[in-house]
Amino acid sequence: MFFKPGIIALFLSSFLISGMVLYASFSGALILRYWDIHSGSETQLRLERKTYLISTILGYAFVFQLFSFFLFIYTADTLHPFFTGAMCAVGSLNVNQWGFPLIMLKIITFLLAGLWLIINFTDNRGYDYPLIKAKYLLLLAMAPLILTEAVIQAKYFLGLNPEVITSCCGSLFTADTKGVPAEIISLPRPVMEIMFYGAMIGTLTLGGVFYRTGTMGYAFAAAVLLTLLVSIASFISFISIYFYELPTHHCPFCILQKEYGYIGYCLYLLLLVGGLAGMGAGLLMPFRQIPSLKETLPSMQRHLTLTSIISYLLFTGIATYQIIFSNLKM
Amino acid sequence: MIKAIDKQRYILDFTLSSLWRRKGKNLALVLVYTLVVFILGSVMFFTQALKNEAAVVLRGSPEIIVQKIVAGRHDLIPVSYGSRIGKIRGVNAVKARFWGYYYDPVAKANYTLMVPEDLPLKDQEIVVGAGISRVRRVFRGNSIVFRTYDGKPATFFLKGILSPESELLSSDLILISAPGFASLFGIPPDRATDLTVQVANKKEIPTIAAKIVDALPDTRAITREEILRTYDAVFDWRGGIMIAILAGAVLAFLIFAWDKAAGLSAEEKREIGILKAIGWETADVLQMKFWEGLVISLSSFFLGIILAYFHIFYASATLFEPVLKGWSVLYPHFNLTPFISGYQIAILFFITVIPYTVATIIPSWRAATIDPDAVMRT
Amino acid sequence: MIELQHLRKVFNAGWPNEYVAIHDLNLEIAAHQVTVLTGPSGSGKTTVLSLLGCMARPTAGRIMLGEREITSLPERFLTQIRRTTFGFIFQQFNLIRGITVLENVMLPAYPLGEPLGGLKKRALNLLDLLNLASKAAAKVEWLSGGEAQRTAIARALVNNPGVIIADEPTAHLDTGLSREFLDIMRDFKGQGKTILIASHDPMVHDSEIVDRVVRMRDGRIIDAGVF
Repeated sequence: MFFKPGIIALFLSSFLISGMVLYASFSGALILRYWDIHSGSETQLRLERKTYLISTILGYAFVFQLFSFFLFIYTADTLHPFFTGAMCAVGSLNVNQWGFPLIMLKIITFLLAGLWLIINFTDNRGYDYPLIKAKYLLLLAMAPLILTEAVIQAKYFLGLNPEVITSCCGSLFTADTKGVPAEIISLPRPVMEIMFYGAMIGTLTLGGVFYRTGTMGYAFAAAVLLTLLVSIASFISFISIYFYELPTHHCPFCILQKEYGYIGYCLYLLLLVGGLAGMGAGLLMPFRQIPSLKETLPSMQRHLTLTSIISYLLFTGIATYQIIFSNLKM
Repeated sequence: MIKAIDKQRYILDFTLSSLWRRKGKNLALVLVYTLVVFILGSVMFFTQALKNEAAVVLRGSPEIIVQKIVAGRHDLIPVSYGSRIGKIRGVNAVKARFWGYYYDPVAKANYTLMVPEDLPLKDQEIVVGAGISRVRRVFRGNSIVFRTYDGKPATFFLKGILSPESELLSSDLILISAPGFASLFGIPPDRATDLTVQVANKKEIPTIAAKIVDALPDTRAITREEILRTYDAVFDWRGGIMIAILAGAVLAFLIFAWDKAAGLSAEEKREIGILKAIGWETADVLQMKFWEGLVISLSSFFLGIILAYFHIFYASATLFEPVLKGWSVLYPHFNLTPFISGYQIAILFFITVIPYTVATIIPSWRAATIDPDAVMRT
Repeated sequence: MIELQHLRKVFNAGWPNEYVAIHDLNLEIAAHQVTVLTGPSGSGKTTVLSLLGCMARPTAGRIMLGEREITSLPERFLTQIRRTTFGFIFQQFNLIRGITVLENVMLPAYPLGEPLGGLKKRALNLLDLLNLASKAAAKVEWLSGGEAQRTAIARALVNNPGVIIADEPTAHLDTGLSREFLDIMRDFKGQGKTILIASHDPMVHDSEIVDRVVRMRDGRIIDAGVF
């Protein structure tokens, strides 16, 4: 099982990324300790040169992290024919107890990696590296998560046993069992619909307000995060069935397969990008008053907000289109 | 925005001219890089193509194969078991299969003999695979002598040779009539090699397989899915082992890449110093190094993939032949169906371009942080 | 317009080969004038030039560019200022071999990302001004000494800087070419540019275009030469 090329590639990349993050963390710790922008000493000059290296390393590391997230999902999907009972990635992930925690961790590190890249980009716009401490503190917080993810990924792949009979998404994502997915599916449809469209409209409105006036930034970011969760829940609850054209098929992973035109990647990408951009805009709020960023920060936040709004709008558009034009009429 | 694009264009322009100014070193790098991608790509394409062939072939294979097991080994199965199986609900048809192996001391090779379902053959007629034809130098109309189970010679006449397109599977195959098979191997009339079961509903296969083993405890029921999975696993495992072995080669390549990136000639150092002195900042030089890496990576990557594609699909993986041939005397000539997917390209990218990029980060940064002050003092 | 306050520059601080290049230097450079720094080698002229021209950061002290303090700006922003404010002419010309004269001249403007059309025109104008238009497509290896020097001058001007800094510009030139150089500097002074030259060539610091000569020795100013 281990020798599938996709799995080898994922092991290699998580090994490389962990190495890069560890190295960057050690150097980052040094920077946190000795950094003094007003000094002209050789130590400071060396640290400034070092920070270019660390930014470059982490830039690459986090971009690879984003790629490997999608490679992982695709690989999990290709593994499903090997397990009895598995019809999609859900089956592969369910084979041992590490699968689902792993994918949760991967989503979290994906978002954190994106946020770090946003802060790094902003820091470079200020002439006195205003966010350098915040940046490296965040890095030190993320490092253990990334290392844990690498370890859990290893445990997951090494623990894949083809003898295990796993469950299909049909039995997991149904109202009859226990668990979070079941709770979501058992909620009455009109309630979910109102929650989804309400959350979307609210978020988009707040986004518009923030874009124009620069106020309600925190509210917008919070709304973005909330809507991300609501959208995933809504997908499981009622959007999915219109893509599958089957009132009992709620699985969030089957949509990643070929027969649905890989539309799942598009939808999830829109949600993740929208969520990331919106949260990024909110994350930058506390730094608006810093003198070196005063001029450039608001326009950055506007760009991020616009990206977020457009992504969420596209997601809603595609979902609504499918609901209206699907062969399934409820 | 336009400004950013223009800036990248300028830097890319300078990068290309600077790569060309040191073409010896860079061409050597591209050569080695391409070779690495070529080998890894060939292994991946080959493995996947074989898996695809197996899948295509197995599509026509029976849903369940029932074999009798005695003391853990495959034994001849009573044909009467077939009627017991036929009574199970969901079973469409049960057929007896006759096949076996014959060791030919003349060619020192093993042949697979099989009684075909739809090909009518006279008692002494056989059809052989291309590999056998080559090794024994026999052609249509010729005769070939085998030894029967009781040591007597039996002469068979070649009705034809199996088509070269099917060589991958049929190279060592002999199609023989039922009486011919019985006379050659001395199989009792009420026995067959195994039974094939045709099932109406695909979803029922595991259930029916379980029922068969229940009703006939001295048998095993092999489903088509199991065979497919086993083939898949074996190919993956073999392909994966090759990739793991090649890890050594990839590591050597990375050390080479690091060395090339770190070994700036005096002229290169001077150039970067000048750039920094006339107004390029560290980030701009890093950008240049990024483009350098990208140009080299992408050209090597795509060249390697194209060469691997041609190697596997148009040159029949000639370079792997000595490795694959192993004990086989009857090595088939084959042409694999071309297959390439985005997933394979992504994986190749992860195991070649990404490690290369990581190996060159620190050397690139060292180059980019050259002090312009030094230039002032020359 | 450029002011150095209590400037100190130490190389390899804390190591056995620690070297103090400049001790407590105070200097004010006036705009639109030609200032010459002179002194024996090791006196710190080149260090002062690189500090004035935002190419290095001082160990202690302050540098003011106009109203703005630039002492502790990180390299990224220092370079941004330097690109558009200063044009450097080096002792060894320091042109990049293997590319044309025109490309060499345009090089400092690449990071600014302006459209190619405008940039090319400006570069060609500069070459024309310096009688190099016919050599625009020539590789720099084929240039004579004087042509190389003029290419270096054109390159220093491509971003339209207000200040020109030249380090020992006549060190490798004969009398005729040195005179040519001083004539070109006269033209730039006439255009209102500020010019700083480090030179121990008497032809330079005795020239009539020079407004002020500053003498240095052992990292200190021994004669500020203010008239």
